[in-house]
Formats: sequence, C-alpha cells, structure tokens
Amino acid sequence: MALKSVPARPPESRTTVGRLWSSTVGKKAVMAVSGAVLLLYVVAHMVGNLKAFAGQESIDGYSAFLREFGQPILPHGGLLWIVRTALLVAVAAHMTAAIQLARRARRARPAGYERRPKVQGSYAARTMRWGGVIIALFVVYHLLDLTAGVLNPHGVQGEVHSNIVADFQRWYVVLAYTVAVVALGFHLRHGIYSGLRSLGVASAARAKAVKATALGVSVAITAGFLSVPFAVLFGIVR
Amino acid sequence: MNYTLRVWRQDGPAAEGRLVDYEVDGITPDMSFLEALDLLNERLVLDGEEPVAFDHDCREGICGMCGLMIDGVAHGPQRATTTCQLHMRSFDPAHPVVVEPWRAHPFPVVRDLVVDRSALDRIVEAGGYISAPTGSAPEAHAVPVPKPDADEAFESAACIGCGACVAACPNGSASLFTAAKVTHLGLLPQGQPERTSRARDMAQAQDDLGFGGCTQTGECTAVCPKGIPLETISRMNRDVLGGLLRSR
Ligand code: HEM
Ligand code: SF4
Ligand code: FES
Repeated sequence: MALKSVPARPPESRTTVGRLWSSTVGKKAVMAVSGAVLLLYVVAHMVGNLKAFAGQESIDGYSAFLREFGQPILPHGGLLWIVRTALLVAVAAHMTAAIQLARRARRARPAGYERRPKVQGSYAARTMRWGGVIIALFVVYHLLDLTAGVLNPHGVQGEVHSNIVADFQRWYVVLAYTVAVVALGFHLRHGIYSGLRSLGVASAARAKAVKATALGVSVAITAGFLSVPFAVLFGIVR
Repeated sequence: MNYTLRVWRQDGPAAEGRLVDYEVDGITPDMSFLEALDLLNERLVLDGEEPVAFDHDCREGICGMCGLMIDGVAHGPQRATTTCQLHMRSFDPAHPVVVEPWRAHPFPVVRDLVVDRSALDRIVEAGGYISAPTGSAPEAHAVPVPKPDADEAFESAACIGCGACVAACPNGSASLFTAAKVTHLGLLPQGQPERTSRARDMAQAQDDLGFGGCTQTGECTAVCPKGIPLETISRMNRDVLGGLLRSR
C-alpha cells in the first residue's frame, strides 16, 4: 500500500506564542485563555447589570464610576479603554483560531456519511461555531444600542437606567437579548468544559467537577443577564 | 433471515464510489457482521461479480483491522465492540444496513470498505516509543510502578489503532488515538525522559498529516471499542503544552 509519509514542515518558531499558534493543541490553548478573559468580562458585566435593581442612581453612578476610575492618573474613560483593548485582542485571537481550526476540520473530514445519527456530542458542543457567530453579531447590535445609543429609543450616554428601561419596554428587543444570552449560555457551557480540557486540567478524577462547574457558571450567567430585561418588561424595574 | 446490506463500492482510490443494495438471505442472528459480509461475498463470487473488499484479521477484537461505519456509527450500534465482534442480532432486518468506509482526509479509500490507516503508524513513529538499550529482557521488579499508574497505562495501551475515533470525529481528529499512545508511555517510569517531547512530536505529526483539532465533542470515546476515556486527551494536552512552552 502507498505508505504515506509525514509531509515536510517549516522550521519551528522561536517564540512561545509562535509555537503555540502553529500547533492545533496550542491554538486551542490560546482559545481557552482568550475565552477565559472574555468570561471574566462577562461575569463582571453581568454582576454590574444587577445594579439596575438598586435604582437609577446606583446604575448610572456605576457607569460614571467606571469612566472616572483612576483619575487623574488615567484619563477620563481610561479604564474602559484598557478593558476594551484587552477584549479586542481576546476576541481577535479567539475568532481567528476558531476560524482556522474550523477550516482545518473541514479539510480533514471532506466527505460525510450517508446515514449519521447523533451519537454523543451535546447540543452545546455542536453549536459552538454558529453560537459564536450569533454572539459576535449581537455584540455589534448591543454596542450600537446601549453603548453608542444610536439604536436605543432614549439613547443618552450616561443615562444607563433610562436607556435600559426604554429599551426593554419592547418585547422584540427583549427577545433579541434573550436569544443572544441563551446562545451565550450554551457557548459557555461547552466552552468552559472544553477549555479546561484544552489546558489539560480535566483529569479523570476531576471530570465530573469540570462538567458541573461549566453547567453552573453558564446557568448563573444566563439567568443573571436575563433578569434585567425581564424585570423591565414586567415592570419590576421602571 | 433476509437483510438488505447497502454497501459502499469503490473500484480504486481515485474512482467515484456509490452505495449498492444487496439482498442477502440465510443470515442467522448469531452470525458476526463480518460473516454476513463473507456470505454476501460468496454469493457475489458465484455470480461472477467482484466481492466487497473489507479489512479484517483476528476476528476477535484485538487487531484493529475491521473498522466499518455501520448505519453511521463506527463499529456499529453496540458500544465497546469491534465490527468483528458484532452480531447480526443487533440489526432489524426490516431496515437496510448502511455500510461505509471510515471517512477522513488522512484515511484515503483503497477499495470499497478498505481505507489506508497508515497515517496512524506515522504518528506512532514520531514518538510512540522509549529510547532504551535492547538486549536481554530487564528484571521485571527493577523499576517499581504504582498500581494506579500501571492500571491507567494499561487502559490506554488497550487501544488497537482501529481508527474509529477518527472516523467518528466531526473534525477528523486523531486525538483519542494519539492521546492513548502518549498516555500509555507517559505514565510509566520508562517513558518519563521523553515524556513532553514525545507528546509534542506525536501531536505535531498528527497536525502535519492533516488530521483536525479536538473540540471535545466526545464522539470518539462513544465509539471506541476499547473505551479509551475522553480525559486521556486532556492528559495529552497537558504534556503537549508542556513541550511547546519550552524551546528545544
Ligand atoms: C441582558 C443582558 C445585557 C444588558 C442589560 C447589558 C447592558 C449593557 C449596558 C447598559 C452597556 C453600556 C454601559 C455603559 O455605557 O456604561 C453595555 C455594554 C457592553 N456590553 Fe452589555 N448587556 C447585556 C448583555 C451582554 C452580553 C451577553 C455581552 C457579551 C457577550 C455584552 C457585552 C457588552 C460589551 C462588549 C459592552 C461594551 C463595553 C464598552 O466597551 O463600553 N453585554 N451592556
Ligand atoms: S482510541 Fe479507540 S477508537 Fe481510537 S484507534 Fe484506539 S481503539 Fe480505536
Ligand atoms: S478483525 Fe481484528 S479487531 Fe476485528
């Protein structure tokens, strides 16, 4: 039989990041770490949102605090720009790695099977790629809505409470946020589970704990994010 | 009993393939799946047709040659069972049974149901060994191995290299196979000196041969006839990353 040999490859990178990026295992580690940065942000954001329940001064004051943080050492909004830069780098690394790995997977499995029942993979695992796309599109809409204010019926920067209340009076906005947040929940459930495995943390002894952590964190984040739009819709926050 | 076997026929690596329906009667419930294919081939030969090419050797679940995609499940519907150990009683004669070869870019079809799995050998050659002087067998008690490590290493060593994990993986990844090989040596004292370079070299060979990356879907473990656990991949990743973080 034609014995295939390992194809020649370019010389190895001298930087650690270069070596990681040129390997599928390393690239998944980059995805896991950038995903962890995004997860930290999402947790902080979700907890911050809960200030909406404490009334207008609380959440508007929190928004102002985030902008004034570190003055006069940092300029106005300095903290936000540091966070935004970190998020942009993380999103770029996460997405580029995901796209490259998805293309490699398609080349590795060009033909499908005639009959293919679902054997194992959870719904969350099977929807990672499209889920990521939905979340990315949502973030663009969300920035135009609540950060820039251009898609918001109130749309005044700094008046976070009024922006939120004006926004979530409309059921279709609540629906759009719900779809995105539920997609985020699924993405996080498999993302946390898989990320810990990519980093080599999930030994057989810890497998159950890894699974439970992934589920618990993603349910908490989903519920926390959904609480504000629904509270506005049902008149609890007004 | 009468079964319809819907079998992939392909004359050669470059030829177009197609699924062909064969009515096979005289199949008994305790025939193995390969025996049913033997029966089909006897009829085909008597009719002057080309028999269906399929791989097999030991027919007792230890050589790893017999992998087939049966109704879309690698090695068929029974868990932890190779195709040769599968019985026809697992199938309902009312439905055609679809039989296809493993499908992955690094596993080209040779003919009909036979694929070239030598890419797995290339992965093993990249590091699936220990560098030790050969000669007379060493004293078995010279190097003590803790029982849990010995058990786990043995569990990984049970991999028969059948390639079902690759066939089932939506990414065409060989991670479960490579992880089993990396773990089996990496857990034993004899495997320590080359532990991280071995993991890294074998993972690299896997990439270079065109296998996909792992997304932890778990399709591989579900079909593995030897039940290699998914955590084995996490263990391999730890060693590969350990290797990548260091410059050579
Ligand atoms: C129901 C759920 C959510 C609500 C009520 C909400 C609310 C808000 C508000 C009010 C702002 C603007 C804050 C300010 O201008 O001071 C904001 C910014 C932002 N949100 Fe959300 N958000 C939600 C869900 C999400 C999700 C699921 C993500 C991402 C996965 C996300 C990502 C962002 C980002 C990236 C910013 C911009 C931060 C910046 O650069 O200023 N949000 N959100
Ligand atoms: S890991 Fe399991 S499925 Fe993969 S080659 Fe080894 S025995 Fe076959
Ligand atoms: S023929 Fe050897 S494992 Fe099936």
